[in-house]
Amino acid sequence: METNSDREPPAFECHDVSVSYDRKPVLYGIDVSVPGGSLCGIVGPNGAGKSTLIKAAMGLLPVEGGWVRMFGRPLDEVRPRVAYVPQRTSVDWDFPVNVMDVVLMGCGGKAGLWRRPTAADRELARESLEMVQMLPYADRQISQLSGGQQQRVFLARALAQRADLYFMDEPFTGVDAATERAIVTLLEGLRAKGGTIVAVHHDLTTAPEYFDRVILLNMRLVAAGPVEEVFTAELLQKTYGGRLTVLSELALRAQEARARRGV
Amino acid sequence: MGWRVLPGGGMSVWRWVGWLVGLMGVMVLSGCGVVSGERAVDFVMLRDGHVRAALPGVVLLGLNCGLLGTLLIARRLTMLGDTLSHAVLPGIAAGFLWTMTKHPGALLIGALVTGVLSSLVTGWILGSTRLKADAAQSVVLTVFFAAGIVMIKLLPDGSKAGLDRFLYGQAAALDAGETVLLAVAAALSVVVIWWGYRGFLVLAFDPGYGRAAGLPVKGLHLLQMFLTTLAVVVSMQAVGVILVAGLLVIPGATAWLFSARLHRVLVLAALLGMAAAVMGTFLSFAGDGMAMGPTLVLCAGVMFGGAFLLSPRYGMARRMVSVMRHGRRVRREDGLKAVYRVLEGRGFSGAGFGLEECGQSEGMMRSLERRGMVRAVAAGGWELTESGFGEAARVVRNHRLWELYLTRRAGFAEDHVHDAAEEMEHLLAEENIEHLMGVLGHPERDPHGRRIPRSGDTIETSAARHE
Ligand SMILES: Nc1ncnc2c1ncn2[C@@H]1O[C@H](COP(=O)(O)OP(=O)(O)OP(=O)(O)O)[C@@H](O)[C@H]1O
Ligand SMILES: [Mg+2]
Repeated sequence: METNSDREPPAFECHDVSVSYDRKPVLYGIDVSVPGGSLCGIVGPNGAGKSTLIKAAMGLLPVEGGWVRMFGRPLDEVRPRVAYVPQRTSVDWDFPVNVMDVVLMGCGGKAGLWRRPTAADRELARESLEMVQMLPYADRQISQLSGGQQQRVFLARALAQRADLYFMDEPFTGVDAATERAIVTLLEGLRAKGGTIVAVHHDLTTAPEYFDRVILLNMRLVAAGPVEEVFTAELLQKTYGGRLTVLSELALRAQEARARRGV
Repeated sequence: MGWRVLPGGGMSVWRWVGWLVGLMGVMVLSGCGVVSGERAVDFVMLRDGHVRAALPGVVLLGLNCGLLGTLLIARRLTMLGDTLSHAVLPGIAAGFLWTMTKHPGALLIGALVTGVLSSLVTGWILGSTRLKADAAQSVVLTVFFAAGIVMIKLLPDGSKAGLDRFLYGQAAALDAGETVLLAVAAALSVVVIWWGYRGFLVLAFDPGYGRAAGLPVKGLHLLQMFLTTLAVVVSMQAVGVILVAGLLVIPGATAWLFSARLHRVLVLAALLGMAAAVMGTFLSFAGDGMAMGPTLVLCAGVMFGGAFLLSPRYGMARRMVSVMRHGRRVRREDGLKAVYRVLEGRGFSGAGFGLEECGQSEGMMRSLERRGMVRAVAAGGWELTESGFGEAARVVRNHRLWELYLTRRAGFAEDHVHDAAEEMEHLLAEENIEHLMGVLGHPERDPHGRRIPRSGDTIETSAARHE
């Protein structure tokens, strides 16, 4: 596992990235750099392009100009080290597979997508399910899961990849408070081992508590950096275009968070 | 495919085979009813040269279509079967116009070209507009088919006749060369799906994740399209272009009703496709060369109907039977419970009781008597047997334990738990009971202060503990 020294290339870096759908630009010239070993939130209003940024980073959408690098290299060279947790609503949950089948998709990286699961793969999948407290559901049909359980299954599939960098699209939607706490603890555990997590997050009240860095996004990059510097009333105002009435309260929370961190 | 490599085959495999054999039996019997027994014997003994020539090819066709159709259903691309089967028509006509003979090679190549062309055009429309797959495919399907019909109208009169069989199929027309083609196409599908099963699984379930993990999504998609086009093209001699789509989709859809794991659905669909092929060939043969396409699809349709009624998972029949059985068991258990309450009211001083005090009917007693739960004693009275008492105590225990669980653990008010317990008492298994007992610390009394029976209670031990 990498250590976070100054020499180390950032775990995730994009430079001047623009993305369009049907020639309609959605992201303009985004520059972001996330050092290894951090928990980074992507924050912005609906339609800001948060999902788009993650999809472009994972190579699911064509990038117009600019480049994306992970650990200083193009994604294709480091794919096994990068895991992706799509938005839960992106698949058909009536599909005929069980929980174990889904988690096994994450085992063994690219080679694991072809070969039949080995005993080691199954063990890995079980461990990953245990990490999200879903082991008792291993043999459940996925159509019989609640929304939060579906989310945890997706998380387990990514964990089974034993990656160093995780992209998660709204991992906390539909998850109850206790589970959310458990997942945050899990993510902090990954970070402690040198892992990096980049997650879309909607709840501004918890963002400064969960993340040590944030990317403020609204079609263009508003700001990116450590929470203490970036999660300010002024920048949030800029991101959400004055639509937030609770901004002052949030600024207060951010200040508290800063105080807790001793900045 | 071997069962051993499929995880968790086990018992349910035999259950399927049972269903399958049953279905086929029903179909064979109904087939024999329609035609004379002699023809049926001729068919089974493979006495007819046409049948011997056609059967292997048609069975391979059924296998191939069953497999590929399941993958189409998994990706919600079933419309593609229709599109392909209609889009090969202009290719056939063009092959004909080109060579001016019914040379199969030319027709196959023509069909393959327009089939591939149709899926490319569909993909192109999808990629560059906001139209969804169904609309794009309908456009392509109808336009290609119309073009095919116009082209056939342009053919010289004499040659049109032979083209009928491309529309509706005729297994009698299968020669060795075509059988080899069907075998090659089927073998290709089996090998590709065997080798790339997990890739196809990810592609169908979550293509975005697959791409992110480095799965060659485009390549797999093209491979699937190619195999499906090939299956349609090589099948058209036997079953005709119009109904190939049915053969692609129906076995897969039938198998879908039986299992909720994709690998099992695949294997079952292949088996069902082959079964439909055998039956269809038989009917076509028995009906003196009736077109293959319709008979095959009808057989597949009968299978689907049978599965819809009988499937262990979704079948109507099964559901009705199990609802009825459960209902009868609930009534029996409620009867025993009522008797238990009466005996409890007397401090378990004896096992005898009258029908009226328990509110039970003579019929209920007869039903319990058949199960050895009660026996008649003199003067129209009844008494609980030892096993009847054990059963009654078990139901009452379930009821009271569940009430206790709901009030203590789930925060229900005391007067809200009776109805829930009425339902649960019939559903709790012994391991649930052990768990509940443990959680509740082996309680003595329910929320209303009544004693909770224990397993192994007899009327004597109950009387001894009754204050
Ligand atoms: N497939 C698509 N085709 C065309 N436009 C799209 C498509 N997906 C997203 N968009 C547009 O791109 C913009 C950014 O979408 P994106 O899904 O990235 O937003 P988001 O920040 O993830 O929003 P949310 O908070 O609602 O998830 C939106 O304006 C949306 O309308
Ligand atoms: Mg989004």
